[in-house]
Amino acid sequence: MSNIDQSRRNFLKTGGLLALGSTLPISLVELAFAESSQNFTFAYISDAHIQHIKGNRFVRNWDMGLRRAVAEANLLTPKPDFVMFGGDLAQLGSKEELDHGAEIMSALKHPVKYVMGEHDYYLDLGAYWEKLFGPQYYSFEHKGVHFVVLNSIRTYDDWTHKRWPTAEQRMLEMAGLDNPNGSPFMVGDEQRKWLKEDLAKVAKTTPIVVFSHSPLQKIYKGWNFWTEDAEQIQALLKPFKKVSVIYGHVHQIQYNQIGNISFNSVMATAWPWPYPQSYAQAEQYLPKLTVPMNRADPFFERDATGWQFINVANGNVDVNFTLYNNSDRTVRFDTVKKQPRDQAYQDEKARINPQRHY
Amino acid sequence: MRRLLLLVITVFSTTAWGQAVDSRQPTASAQVNPLLGLPPLPIPADNPQTPAKIALGEKLFHDKRFSIDGTVSCANCHDGNKAFTDNLPVSVGHHGLTGTRNAPTVINAAFYKSQFWDGREPDLEAQSKGPFVNPVEAGLANHEPILQIVRTDPDYHAAFKGVFNVGGDKLTMEHVSKAIASFERSLIAGNSAFDRFYFGGDKSALNEQQQRGLQVFLEQGRCVSCHTIEQDHALFSDSRFHNIGIGINAVQDDVPRLAQAFLEAKNKGGDVDKMVLTDKKSSELGRFAVTDAFNDLGAFKTPTLRNIALTAPYMHDGSLKTLKEVVVHYNNGGVTPADAIVNDFLSGGIRPLNLSDAQIDDLVAFMEALTSEQYAKPKPAAKGGSHE
Repeated sequence: MSNIDQSRRNFLKTGGLLALGSTLPISLVELAFAESSQNFTFAYISDAHIQHIKGNRFVRNWDMGLRRAVAEANLLTPKPDFVMFGGDLAQLGSKEELDHGAEIMSALKHPVKYVMGEHDYYLDLGAYWEKLFGPQYYSFEHKGVHFVVLNSIRTYDDWTHKRWPTAEQRMLEMAGLDNPNGSPFMVGDEQRKWLKEDLAKVAKTTPIVVFSHSPLQKIYKGWNFWTEDAEQIQALLKPFKKVSVIYGHVHQIQYNQIGNISFNSVMATAWPWPYPQSYAQAEQYLPKLTVPMNRADPFFERDATGWQFINVANGNVDVNFTLYNNSDRTVRFDTVKKQPRDQAYQDEKARINPQRHY
Repeated sequence: MRRLLLLVITVFSTTAWGQAVDSRQPTASAQVNPLLGLPPLPIPADNPQTPAKIALGEKLFHDKRFSIDGTVSCANCHDGNKAFTDNLPVSVGHHGLTGTRNAPTVINAAFYKSQFWDGREPDLEAQSKGPFVNPVEAGLANHEPILQIVRTDPDYHAAFKGVFNVGGDKLTMEHVSKAIASFERSLIAGNSAFDRFYFGGDKSALNEQQQRGLQVFLEQGRCVSCHTIEQDHALFSDSRFHNIGIGINAVQDDVPRLAQAFLEAKNKGGDVDKMVLTDKKSSELGRFAVTDAFNDLGAFKTPTLRNIALTAPYMHDGSLKTLKEVVVHYNNGGVTPADAIVNDFLSGGIRPLNLSDAQIDDLVAFMEALTSEQYAKPKPAAKGGSHE
């Protein structure tokens, strides 16, 4: 705590700007990436799962999670350059849900970009979402970083187009966990081809940040914490010097390093999921680097949910998690070990042990 | 099979509810311990309770000379005849100035893990120094005038010599605050009708409506989540901070500006104690003013509910006049009036409760059963020292 306070004071002194929220290590934006005018931060909100009940009624708790994340992101100083929304704005992909979510998001005072989640997609295959937010996959440049947004929650054409009597049924099947009727997520041929062409135009020294909804790794298939063509995507990213993948979907803090690629998950604003290893009878590959957080306190409806403030000051991503009713956490890229590192809970004795017995 | 049946019965009779009613030894309720329902009193190792120290603290607590105009003592806002509060929405300081916060009762304040509505001080010793130098309370520029008096007044000289064996320049504000804290720590009270019912096994101590109210308190009302009741005692506070939609609702559109201005002022050396009591809007930032954490925006400490019927009006800003208004606020899911907009930073546990009018009345009746019949003293103080 005193270190953070110290760095915050230093920042205030040198930066002349106000660091709002002492728990955010905002002094990091002063680290050199190119020139100081190129330093930047962005906020990341994900997995709101806005759920329509009836008429003008939506699930209050999911509404409140997103509203609060938006309100807090508006308090950030220095201002983030933009906000990413990491997918699953809706719960069952309906127009009402997407409209309601977009309305809550419209309170943001920063530009916003969106990632497609499976809950947004499987009702109309993204048609209404595209009307609201634009293409399902795209790339953009920002202050020397190449950003790629993928729709990583597609699956086999046979499953999508031939199996279900109605679109609603298809949506419900994909929304379930441990569902034998489900199908693994993938980026697919069409987007991988596009990605290859997109990356061909980028210098190998340019930092790459990929936003996807599913992990672009294989963690646990039963809950679709899984991307079927992960290896092929990783191969396309391999030639670049600094690569980060930021994904939603898992509603928990995960981080990992595979070769040159750093992986960071983001928290949901809606609800926490259990950790895959709690479901011990099934095969899972939870990242070895990840330190699980302590379990949510059921009384505090927002506990184990949150949003994050990310900086790209050194070309890698440092994720600052803002967690409600919980200790904020920071997963920062360790430039010596060349992997993400949890700043508070890395040491065994500094951890709050998660519940391991179910 | 019979074994299984017995086991089932046991499980049912030792729920939180059943345990109080069925599994405790009934005691003679008339002779019951005056501290019934309270845990052991936490006493700092460096400030043990003694009768003489408590008596000295009481004298300091009532001394109006420790204010800029000679009219304000601790007892102004924490009046022993009003359950150690002042029954005002917000307290009145020197020259009739008002602050921004409702005076909490001192009774059982010794059990809190932090002091003030925003928890900015860790204990009574640290807390007791603040109001003297607050611009809208006692209004002193610093503590020097107090030290001047306690070092020269013959009665104080003798008392401090006797209690701390100090005098002259060696007598500091630490000694003054320790004595006041000791007195405050003697103001503890249990043995309410609830305690006799729940911990004392006296089934007649609560009437039927109050018993229904307890049920609402434990279940549908969700009150117990923050106003905690343990197995063998009840402080009715989790010593945590929650945004319950009081105060902050009215300034929510202004929060970005307020928060930024507050932190700027704080970084320039501004004093939280002064800022929150002199600026109504900044006061509504709550615990955030202490921690700078988003999570604490608009959050205030859970107050005890003991003696709550004696300490109206309610909430950190004294904005709710009756216990019924308080329950209705929670029933609305953290808004008053019911159609107001919930603030974005509302604590997760606050949500509409769907209580009926009858349940609301039951809950109020239960809270009225939390009044201690007398203020009890901790054991070390039992032989002497009076504050009545």
